[in-house]
Amino acid sequence: MALRQQSPNNAFAPGLGTRNVVLSTIPSDSHTWNLLYLQLLLEEHGCAVTNLGACVPVATLVGESAQVRPDLIVISTVNGHGLHEGLGLARAVRASEELRQVPLVIGGKLDTAGSRTDADFLPLLEAGFDAVLVGETAVPELLALLERLALLERLPEPVARPLTPPAGGLDRRAYADAIR
Amino acid sequence: MRSVEPYRTLDAVTGSGAARDHGPGATFHAVLDAARRRGALVVQPRMGFSDPARMRAGLSATKAANATTVGTLTLDSFTRVGDFATAERALRERRPLNGYPIVNFPTATTEAMLAGIRDRDFPVQVRHGSSLPGRIFDALIEAGLDATEGGPISYCLPYSRTPIRQSVQAWEEACHKLAALRERGVEPHLESFGGCMLGQLCPPSLLIAITVLEGLFFRRHGIHSISLSYAQQTDAVQDQEAVLALHEIAAELLGDTSWHVVIYAYMGLYPSTERGALSLVADAARLAVRTGSTRLIVKTAAEAQRIPSIAENVTALETAARAGAATERLPAAPVSTGIKEEARALIDAVLGLNEDIGKALVRAFAQGYLDVPYCLHPDNAGRARSVITEQGRLEWSRTGSLPIGHLTPAHRSAQLTSTRLLHALSYVRSRYDTADTADTADPADLRQTA
Ligand code: B12
Repeated sequence: MALRQQSPNNAFAPGLGTRNVVLSTIPSDSHTWNLLYLQLLLEEHGCAVTNLGACVPVATLVGESAQVRPDLIVISTVNGHGLHEGLGLARAVRASEELRQVPLVIGGKLDTAGSRTDADFLPLLEAGFDAVLVGETAVPELLALLERLALLERLPEPVARPLTPPAGGLDRRAYADAIR
Repeated sequence: MRSVEPYRTLDAVTGSGAARDHGPGATFHAVLDAARRRGALVVQPRMGFSDPARMRAGLSATKAANATTVGTLTLDSFTRVGDFATAERALRERRPLNGYPIVNFPTATTEAMLAGIRDRDFPVQVRHGSSLPGRIFDALIEAGLDATEGGPISYCLPYSRTPIRQSVQAWEEACHKLAALRERGVEPHLESFGGCMLGQLCPPSLLIAITVLEGLFFRRHGIHSISLSYAQQTDAVQDQEAVLALHEIAAELLGDTSWHVVIYAYMGLYPSTERGALSLVADAARLAVRTGSTRLIVKTAAEAQRIPSIAENVTALETAARAGAATERLPAAPVSTGIKEEARALIDAVLGLNEDIGKALVRAFAQGYLDVPYCLHPDNAGRARSVITEQGRLEWSRTGSLPIGHLTPAHRSAQLTSTRLLHALSYVRSRYDTADTADTADPADLRQTA
């Protein structure tokens, strides 16, 4: 795992607590089993997940997230283009007034060579990701981050928030209730 | 070295001297049609690199492999989603892509990459995964190629968030572009990817229905040489029944078309050991030969990790060819469990929705007559679900609005959790990674004897 040394806003400090997560991928990636798996996993750990589905344009991710105001944005990508396309994505999220401080993590298979070392992923941290999670330990590390985000048992009851995009957001549902 | 030189007599088969005026000789159609008549198994990689020199080396190694092969250009994901600007930037910054960006390269680059490699014995197919494939079709036709893959459903639901209606329209136009090659004396070939919806956990009858419906869609839009697909699933006996059913249904509905069946080595979460990966592709070859299928697309020992190297592709091709060569066609069909009836019911119900097959497909998804389990595409109903049974067969656990409720008992399944999902996705991988069958004890052995 690569972690950004100093999160400028101290994003992972405990005490922050709600449970809204936006789950997305990069614009060129159409893999969805990873998204479905992570959605279930995050829900089982008390998160309300907005799963934006396959091939999410950066503008859609930013627009959706600005509406949902998530406590965490998780980017999952496995097609090998994450190391490239993740850069612009992170910069766009960081450029958004509403999302500047939202913790942002990326994981999966990020290049075409199976890279696993932190040094390979430094550009992603520089572009604005708070953590890069790859390899066998990625999922446990995500869960550890969630704990640190106090997403697990902090809140007495989750505040009900709309999961489907509110008016003015996407005019189509991002996913098809495949797991309801 | 090619062990067989099967295509010497192609002229007799194609009878098209005209084809040579356009390109370097026999088309993908001619080579595959000849293989089908001979009952040979043709093996093919899923190979794509962004560096033209490496792409050329990959095709050359495919051609030289000890197997009856055809070549592949697998395109990168930026090209698939039509983001040519980002592909351009990646090329400029020398970032490796996950495939060959055929639209970004000048036609001359692709022509030079293929020169002397693509010939009358060795055709090359473009595999992409684009719901809106217009520019890709332009580029491949420009480069003198005549074969590609896809379909308005199979390249939409697993590959995009494009509305099905839009994909249908784009694929109609693309078919007409490709069909126009016939005016130049070239018989174009189009393969449906419908036998692989999301790679895993889509029951056989729905795979058959979608690939046949796409075949009918292609024919309706002027394509006369077609392949229908089926991706290996969880159980060999079930797969055999399914592929034989696919052959029968294709013969019933596409009788006046030149068609063959292409098998895909497992398309889901792949074994991570070399031994497991190679014995899975060997089993896919056995499935192809037992069922009389003409072509097999392989997967490599690197599948679970990263884009495979050229050498890994060659090993997979040769492993598959050897396993195929040591296998006999099934003497008789296995006992029917009703896969064919289910597939026919799906196809007939969809065809009954509208005279225009494109419109019928759009409607079929809107009302859940076609519904791909676990698919997140916005136009998919998401009411159907599948389960891997105790016996290892892939069955329906919920049929939603699929018009097959009267034919199939829904199998019980527990509430979906992340653990159960991962377990189902890993079923094949685990079995092959842990198998210790006598004849696959050592990967080196397997490479020799499979
Ligand atoms: C199924 C599959 C497909 C299906 C996808 C259907 C769909 N809509 O989902 C189909 C056939 C359509 C497909 C298409 C393609 N695929 Co594909 N696919 C696979 C395959 C076989 C399995 C993926 C899967 O289902 N995984 C199940 C999930 C649960 O596991 P996972 O994705 O690995 O995620 C796990 C971890 O990585 C982790 N994780 C993932 N993301 C994140 C994020 C965070 C924050 C954390 C903490 C953890 C985490 O959690 C998961 C559980 O452990 C893999 C190879 C393999 N793994 O065996 C290739 C693979 C991912 N595909 C690949 C590629 C390149 C493609 C294509 C571009 C075609 C091509 N050139 O070969 C296209 C993609 C088109 C596009 N626009 O992107 C490559 C990627 C190469 C790389 N990264 O180096 C792989 C690795 C195959 C290979 N070796 O070439 N694919």
